[in-house]
Amino acid sequence: MPEARKAILGQIRSAIGRDALADAAAAALDARRPTHTRIAFEDALVERFIARFTSRSGTVERVASLLDVPAAVEAYRQQHGLPARAAIARPLAGLPWPADFAHHPGPAGKDEVLSVTACLAAIAEMGSLMLASGPDSPTTLNFVPDHHLIVLHETQIVRHFEDAWAILRACPGGMPRATNIVSGPSRTGDIELTIQLGAHGPRSVHVILVR
Amino acid sequence: MKVSSPQFKEKSVIALADPRLRQALGQSRKGFVNKRAELVGELPEFEQLRDEARDLKNHVLDNLDHYLERYEAAVTAAGGHVHWARDAEEARSIILNICQRVNAKTITKGKSMVSEEIGLNEALEAKGYTVVETDLGEYIIQLAHEPPSHIIAPAIHKTKEQVSELFETAHGGPRKSTVADLVTEARLVLRDKYFQADVGITGGNFLVAETGSSIIVTNEGNGDLTQTLAKVHIVTSGIERIVPTLEDVALFLRILARSATGQETETYTTLSTGPRRPDDVDGPEEYHVVLVDNGRSKMLGGKFQDMLRCIRCGACMNHCPVYGAIGGHAYGWVYPGPMGAVLTPLFVGLDATYDLPNACTLNGRCESVCPVRIPLPELLRELRHMQYQQGIRPPGEQRALGAWRFVAERPRLYQFANRLAARVLKGLGGRTGRIGSLPFASAWTDSRDMPAPEGKTFLELWQAKPR
Repeated sequence: MPEARKAILGQIRSAIGRDALADAAAAALDARRPTHTRIAFEDALVERFIARFTSRSGTVERVASLLDVPAAVEAYRQQHGLPARAAIARPLAGLPWPADFAHHPGPAGKDEVLSVTACLAAIAEMGSLMLASGPDSPTTLNFVPDHHLIVLHETQIVRHFEDAWAILRACPGGMPRATNIVSGPSRTGDIELTIQLGAHGPRSVHVILVR
Repeated sequence: MKVSSPQFKEKSVIALADPRLRQALGQSRKGFVNKRAELVGELPEFEQLRDEARDLKNHVLDNLDHYLERYEAAVTAAGGHVHWARDAEEARSIILNICQRVNAKTITKGKSMVSEEIGLNEALEAKGYTVVETDLGEYIIQLAHEPPSHIIAPAIHKTKEQVSELFETAHGGPRKSTVADLVTEARLVLRDKYFQADVGITGGNFLVAETGSSIIVTNEGNGDLTQTLAKVHIVTSGIERIVPTLEDVALFLRILARSATGQETETYTTLSTGPRRPDDVDGPEEYHVVLVDNGRSKMLGGKFQDMLRCIRCGACMNHCPVYGAIGGHAYGWVYPGPMGAVLTPLFVGLDATYDLPNACTLNGRCESVCPVRIPLPELLRELRHMQYQQGIRPPGEQRALGAWRFVAERPRLYQFANRLAARVLKGLGGRTGRIGSLPFASAWTDSRDMPAPEGKTFLELWQAKPR
């Protein structure tokens, strides 16, 4: 509705008491790159990430190399009594998965119980993972299965949100369609403020941290 | 949504006498308050962050037209559509048109206060759509046919037993009694809905001008399932929710969850930028944003502009003793507590909302915890002032104030009346010094005694004092 747009912008400008900004003023606003206060911490990035992420019931397991990931996934699967199938994001499909392990690259369907994905980065300040959607990383893998396993390399852990934004801005196709910052398993406090995990998204988010 | 604010007093009395509400409110609010205090105590930067958040919001409001235009251009560049709605009616019709065009049947919804504000569910249901709220709290109150009683914990007034009853009726039993079983039951029921949905509607905590992204901040993941699995994603958001850059988002992410639920961060922060890309295997095929004004632009540049800084965290109501005693429903519209007592009169009119700005002790706790430092008590006082100027305070109160003014402008009469009153009240207090029942003040004395004065006025004592 073009007339609504015009009316709203007109009302805003009359309330502020000026016309649309001149080009120079608009350009100055567009060039603005604020530096807000960041949360200071002294711990090493890896330790900070693990401490903050696990404080919200996320779990972290450390492995020596990417080739150890299939064994870690297999152990997790058996420990939780899950069937031998998973949605595995394409970049990880080439790993040496057990022969009887059925996997597909997604999207995740309604009955998907296990997914294994990579991520774009992790942010140490609050212990969060940043995942970006794309052909090789469908968003459904992050929300539909009960168990979400995320492969993270230690070098992917950055300090603050601002460092993660730099990675986002450098994405080849521009901003991803969906950027999911995940800080633990799904939870709700909507019944008497009692925290219950697994409201709608994964009941368990397990990070396999590769040295 | 229908406004029932004129019944504020009746509803408050009913709320005060409801033991289940007392139980639900008492437990929950203490949790929010304590957890916030704990987290804020651990963060030496918190007060500085509040200052910066206030200043940033003011900067956005001073340049709102520019940032809205930039945001619109960025959404369009990402393949999305921006719609502008002057009022609730316009917003509803934009959304109804989209739903009709795509031949929708089932509509899932993430939590959105703007959606409540524009009365979206009723409008969609009237057109025959199946509307499913997917946030657990919103789902509970949808089953109960009630409005939310808190902006971030909409079912905070419900006890576990009440939720058990609602679920048993809606899902056909057997009755679940633990929180874990209730959550699992809702999870299973709603899972089917996400996959059935034609349209998914969410709110937007922040709209980023730089990237054209809308952001939702949630714990459950329901908003993400809603917007990922439906064929069409519609975002409803107020025009004031714009932030210029991702750096500005970071600032708010550091204070929002801490202020709201007393969490360091919510579980999910999701940035949505446009619809599914050509090679994507999931995500919505269409992405729409409905920018809702509905009275906001009229607040700009006036006495209530500060209210447009609000990021809807709920800290003010968590800390408000009046909200704590009566809950959210008594406020009679969408927004309860201190922020609601300011917004409701501005959105729906001073007449119908007379009691709201007056149901405040001006204790200032709301302002002391507001992450964007909105001077809520000052705004409530300003509303009272406007009520007086417009002559919409009750006639009894206006006569009483008129009588007081007549006496107060005559110092001798005033002192005489004071001396008389002090002596009469002392007499009424008798030996206990407490008055159990007073004419014209039964609202006070019905529930507690009034302490009787000593028998002499302050002026008398002052004059008698040897100097």
